[in-house]
Amino acid sequence: MNISTFSSLINFRRVVITLTLSWLTLFVLLPHLMVLLTSILSPDSEHLVVWPITLDNYTRIFEPIYANIFWDSLLLSGTTTVICLLIGYPFAYFLSNMTPTLRVVLLFLMVVPFWTNSLIRIYAIKMIIGKKGIINSFLLTTNIIDTPLQILYTDFAVVIGLVYILLPFMVLPLMASFDKLDKNLIEVGRDLGASAVNRFIHIILPLTAPGIIAGSLMVFLPAMGMFYVADILGGAKTLLLGNVIKNQFLVVRDWPFGSAFSVFLIVLMAALLAIYHRANSYIQQKGGLDDENL
Amino acid sequence: MTQSAFLSFNSVSKRYQNQEILREFDLTINDGEFFTILGPSGCGKTTILRLIAGFEQPDHGCVVLDGQDIGNLPAEHRPTNTVFQSYALFPHMSIYDNIAFGLKMSGVDKAEIKQRVHEALSVVQLDGFENRKPHQLSGGQKQRVAIARAIINRPKVLLLDESLSALDYKLRQQMQNELKRIQRQLNITFVYVTHDQEEALTMSDRVLVINNGQAQQIGTPREIYESPVNLFVARFIGESNIFKAKITQCLDNYQYIAEIYGLQWKITADHKFAVDEHVNVILRPEDLRVMYSEDAPQEPGFVGKIIERNYTGKTLDSVIQLDNGHILGISEFFNEDDPDFDYNINQKVWVNWVHGWEHVIKADER
Repeated sequence: MNISTFSSLINFRRVVITLTLSWLTLFVLLPHLMVLLTSILSPDSEHLVVWPITLDNYTRIFEPIYANIFWDSLLLSGTTTVICLLIGYPFAYFLSNMTPTLRVVLLFLMVVPFWTNSLIRIYAIKMIIGKKGIINSFLLTTNIIDTPLQILYTDFAVVIGLVYILLPFMVLPLMASFDKLDKNLIEVGRDLGASAVNRFIHIILPLTAPGIIAGSLMVFLPAMGMFYVADILGGAKTLLLGNVIKNQFLVVRDWPFGSAFSVFLIVLMAALLAIYHRANSYIQQKGGLDDENL
Repeated sequence: MTQSAFLSFNSVSKRYQNQEILREFDLTINDGEFFTILGPSGCGKTTILRLIAGFEQPDHGCVVLDGQDIGNLPAEHRPTNTVFQSYALFPHMSIYDNIAFGLKMSGVDKAEIKQRVHEALSVVQLDGFENRKPHQLSGGQKQRVAIARAIINRPKVLLLDESLSALDYKLRQQMQNELKRIQRQLNITFVYVTHDQEEALTMSDRVLVINNGQAQQIGTPREIYESPVNLFVARFIGESNIFKAKITQCLDNYQYIAEIYGLQWKITADHKFAVDEHVNVILRPEDLRVMYSEDAPQEPGFVGKIIERNYTGKTLDSVIQLDNGHILGISEFFNEDDPDFDYNINQKVWVNWVHGWEHVIKADER
């Protein structure tokens, strides 16, 4: 490499880094700092926020009403995660054992809905499960039921929506885990007399644990914030932490409290991610979960 | 060693996606022998191993082990264990748990597992490695753990799938001796699959040479090296110089006069041949006698020149181009009379061999 191309490479790198940094500073760091600042100011009906600085917004988070919402939110996200895992795990297993062509086709089908805005897809679900939706019309006309089922505006509807939106985030890390799983190890298990159940418990499950954890986090964390799913499918109830935040900003117009709640959620997610990272590097270092740890 | 059929294939056929791998294949392996299946890649040798292990089921025919047809028994129920080429140790388990896995699966009690793991580790000379993890071991150590994990179950047959090919040369030689020692010590039937003829010759009691799903020759290492039955075996096992010859005269006692490149040679065969029949005369590189042209005795011999010389340490391996254009490979040991012995490129040489060292096969056998 001669000097001029070398120096132009350096320049190119500098330009790219500067651009990225400015972008991140302007649109990520700055807004977050503003949220952080807002979260310690006082609310005001006229000016939205005013001095003085206070920590009241943070103490309010721990009021019982929010603890309930927090608990409900955890439950909904948790249920969503478990269902995604139950559907995604076998699906990822079959995907990773398929012929390459079939696999590309199925992955493609799974990703295609992403080309449509998720808000619109949630409205589509509403059309399907609503009182006059496709499911109810079908069941009514075939006389299986005589009053329409109440699916829409229940927690169940919210879970359906969350699972629908978030399933790919479970499948992709799981598939990566299954791809990394050495198929020889399963044959070794057979060779050493392990039944199908034992092969699953002692070999497949521990070695795909990193995928399970990654997938679960990638479903669980966003699920807590997806207020529009809860708004559209769950009715006017406040179900997710995301709904609390949205309501504080847009309905109650208590920006400092909404900001404090945002910060709280960010810290919570960061903590979960840190735990994941620790767990993952522990597993990576050992190559999988230990038998005894199961 | 008892000479009884212990493991046999009776007319076994196997296809994969319309490709026939084995066709009415027969095989007999004796109890307690070190049996090697040797062939180029894609010859069907791994399929044979997988049929014994139970990873594959035969389309037709039966696989009999110790008097029982195991053809349709799934792998997890067969009294066989495999040492895989890639070791395939469980990365998430300690060495102890890796080796104990088979016993745990068959519900052996903990105290006995512990004792047998220690025994197995001492057989492979890895005492004290119980708590290590696979990623902390070298290739050779992993290989030993894989062997320990297989033999601890006291299989009737131990299957080894190119188990040494991932090791470096020195370690491979060491493990060859180890495997022989373990096999003698445990007196288990070993079936070893390899494409490495040196490995096959070194370790085996008997060797099966296979090509395209067809058995070419079964015999002791000495038999297949010194008396290959066809050109495939002659070429696959070691280096061979193959001379096209024609019988010109039949003497008694399997002695013949044959014409090779216009010269008359006296040859000895183990077949009956007729005058004018075409034969192949096979000579190993170390069986040819080479002299500088000017020193050549007054005997029939081929004349040529050195076109390549390779010093290998133990031997001087040279390539000779005869005046008629044919190429010969020769391999000569250094001797104490002349330790600096060497050739120059284009050196004129004279080649013949000691009568009786040639091996003669029919020309129509490939």
